[in-house]
Amino acid sequence: MVANSFISRVLRKVPRENAFYFFTSIGNYTGENAASLEEFVRKIKEVDAKSLGFHLYRGDFEKWVAETLEDEELAEKIRSLKSLSPSGNSLRNQLYLIVSKRYEKLKGEFCS
Amino acid sequence: MKIKNQAVVLDNLDWKILQILQGNAKQTYTEIGQLLGVAHSTIYDHIHKMEEHGVIKKYTVVVDLEKIGIKHVTAIMTVFTNPKESEKVAKRLLESKEVLEVSASLSENLSIIAKVVAEDQNKLHLFIAQSVAPLPGVLRVRTSIITRKYKDERFSIEKWKMESKH
Repeated sequence: MVANSFISRVLRKVPRENAFYFFTSIGNYTGENAASLEEFVRKIKEVDAKSLGFHLYRGDFEKWVAETLEDEELAEKIRSLKSLSPSGNSLRNQLYLIVSKRYEKLKGEFCS
Repeated sequence: MKIKNQAVVLDNLDWKILQILQGNAKQTYTEIGQLLGVAHSTIYDHIHKMEEHGVIKKYTVVVDLEKIGIKHVTAIMTVFTNPKESEKVAKRLLESKEVLEVSASLSENLSIIAKVVAEDQNKLHLFIAQSVAPLPGVLRVRTSIITRKYKDERFSIEKWKMESKH
């Protein structure tokens, strides 16, 4: 059982300066951002697949999840996805599965 | 130099002095006077007036960063903004040490164009991700990293005067 204090920290909305900003390459911001895990799940489905590849292989997702949302377990799962070298829609689907599963689990445990 | 209807009007000598200073701003009043066949005190008066009225904004130095081993990347960043927030975005960019120039453009959507310099590509990206993208009113950012410069000159008074005569 995960502590409610931990769950509320991971699921909180962070200030805009700490949100995740989606880029497609160095310096090219798409205009999409996520300020919470819930928004992050939604954006994985919406943003350009190129952006997902750019951030996954730079380690940006795992860094934001570990340092801003403070969810080391989810960060580790995202980190391990890199070793499978997914790309395009396969990357989108696998990343979505990992992150949405974690989000649903934390949300479910918080309510119970 | 005269002030006519609140606008600065340069005389022929002012233009010549500016041309000489653009080539080498370190020249003394005496040297400029000798080149133009005018007393150094006259040169002093003209330069002083142009400084006072902001025609001459500053004297600076152009440093060759490569020669002193400073590695850096330069990029042209186009920041597309919400029109209501555009001015504020431009002002925030002016405060950053990474930003060398800031201009506004109306070519397609309202955008701010800035010349940015950073130590390397990663630092450039971090600056844009942490200090530009989060600014209120920023819709998206397009960045082009400069890989080679074919020409790097400032506005030349000499060429402009020559062309405006024709």
